[in-house]
Amino acid sequence: MATILSIQNLRKAYASGFEALKGVNLDIEEGEIIALLGPNGAGKTTLISTVCGITMPTSGTVTVAGFDILNNYRQARSLIGLVPQEIALEPFEKVINTVRFSRGLFGKGRKDSAVEDILKRLSLWDKRDNQIRELSGGMKRRVLIAKALAHEPRVLFLDEPTAGVDVELRKDMWGIVEQLRADGVTTILTTHYIEEAEAIADRVGVISKGEILLVEDKDTLMARMGKKQLDVQLTTQLDAVPDVLATYDLILGDGGWTLIYSYDVNAERTGITKLLTDVQASGLQLRDVVTRQSSLEDIFVSLVHQPEETG
Amino acid sequence: MNWTAIRAIYAFEMARFFRTIAQSLISPVLSTSLYFVVFGAAIGSRIDQVEGVSYGAFIVPGLIMLTVMTQGISNASFGIYFPKFIGTIYELLSAPVSFLEIVMGYVGAAATKAMFIGIIILITSFFFVDLDIQNPLAMIAFLLLTCVSFALFGFIIGIWASNFEQLQLVPLLVVTPLVFLGGSFYSISMLPPVWQAISMFNPVVYLISGFRWAFFGVEDVPIATSLFAIALFTSLCLGAVWWIFKTGWRIRQ
Ligand SMILES: Nc1ncnc2c1ncn2[C@@H]1O[C@H](COP(=O)(O)OP(=O)(O)OP(=O)(O)O)[C@@H](O)[C@H]1O
Ligand SMILES: [Mg+2]
Repeated sequence: MATILSIQNLRKAYASGFEALKGVNLDIEEGEIIALLGPNGAGKTTLISTVCGITMPTSGTVTVAGFDILNNYRQARSLIGLVPQEIALEPFEKVINTVRFSRGLFGKGRKDSAVEDILKRLSLWDKRDNQIRELSGGMKRRVLIAKALAHEPRVLFLDEPTAGVDVELRKDMWGIVEQLRADGVTTILTTHYIEEAEAIADRVGVISKGEILLVEDKDTLMARMGKKQLDVQLTTQLDAVPDVLATYDLILGDGGWTLIYSYDVNAERTGITKLLTDVQASGLQLRDVVTRQSSLEDIFVSLVHQPEETG
Repeated sequence: MNWTAIRAIYAFEMARFFRTIAQSLISPVLSTSLYFVVFGAAIGSRIDQVEGVSYGAFIVPGLIMLTVMTQGISNASFGIYFPKFIGTIYELLSAPVSFLEIVMGYVGAAATKAMFIGIIILITSFFFVDLDIQNPLAMIAFLLLTCVSFALFGFIIGIWASNFEQLQLVPLLVVTPLVFLGGSFYSISMLPPVWQAISMFNPVVYLISGFRWAFFGVEDVPIATSLFAIALFTSLCLGAVWWIFKTGWRIRQ
């Protein structure tokens, strides 16, 4: 598949001097759904704002379908739709008018059938003649999505689309994103909810302190999640994994006090009995045996809360 | 040039105006009528004529200018400040439009509204005084230029302002005094020489004088000077807008 969005060495320092993005590299394939996970202040919104033209990059390049966001901003931006994190709408305007406005603003001629289609898809058709201030919070969020889709973009940014949204509506949102994928729209969404990333994303990126820490296929991550770890704690410290245990792919942890064995819980044979027998046969004394399940959450937490060694 | 986008912004702004059309028109019409009653009838009965024009008629161009300038500024400044305030500016910034197109949409709409109100006031004044406009084309051209240049000025204020107080500050502290001291209700020649000299530094004097010339053929300053003054003011505003565009001042961080 072709790369639709390419971010290279993107840096953003705000006027205060604070560096919110510290050299971000990210390539996004056409048609995929990618979830960006990260704690508050990680730089998710800054990344989106810079790609969309709301803030200026300090350095680095971003291209959308090959169009540079600075030199070819017209072509680049007309391919992008943005749903901001904060709800921002004209309170006294009618729903349908704000959506028509967005379409016109992005250079597309008036086309009532397209607007009708979008409003119906977002269950807003009945509310089309209501003023925005008469809508509930969830409906307003859907109006934002409708506005972002009004010009039929190929890339959609959803900045925390399900923050403060009930379970029902969250499922609705996921359905909308799925449907957009069927139309070939590439979606980049940010979220704090790991289950959200699990539910809809093809790939998951983790961002913290202005840096992308990991981008991986969700399935790879899930596979890693299906793995369990067996920690064999020893009474003696080792320099290396003993040769007799070489077949187990063990990792030496805890400064040599622990042998770490990864296995697949779903496999018919986990190999635990054999491993423990072999460990005993090699003459090592066991202190304790612990099993752990690694989840996406674990991976996320361990990535984000690493001790600050890179100053 | 993204004309579709300009039209979208223009139409959206005009819709806001027409949604509150009664409010938008009642207040200028009412205050104009009051001016006519107070200045035209009460004071005018004691002032016979100014430069050969009845006092009631003489103040019409000044009144229109006063309203058009304040309306042009407030419409345009509010028009661009409001999206900044409620956050909808994100959409303008992420749209495939140039700053010039944004300016054309907002300033165009604000100037149209000001023009509209100016014409309403002109019509209102026919109910109070006999008016014989000598040079209607020049009158319309002057009105249009003033609407556009003050809307531009208002747009700059709206970009600059970071709270509602600042939004009110410039119109209140700078524009209103300049307009009142600019000969709206009197001829500069009625002032003592010192004040006449000081008035020459007031740009509004030139606008009102030129506008009044289109009505009655009388002028405080030569019409060419008036034209030069408004051209200068418009180019200053355009220059400021161009600079904002180049630097992204107060818009894009
Ligand atoms: N306009 C600004 N001026 C200065 N610093 C800013 C500005 N906007 C954001 N920042 C800083 O940049 C960092 C990243 O902010 P950003 O909004 O991108 O985070 P985020 O990942 O979207 O967080 P959240 O999950 O809370 O939305 C934060 O430390 C924030 O304080
Ligand atoms: Mg954010």
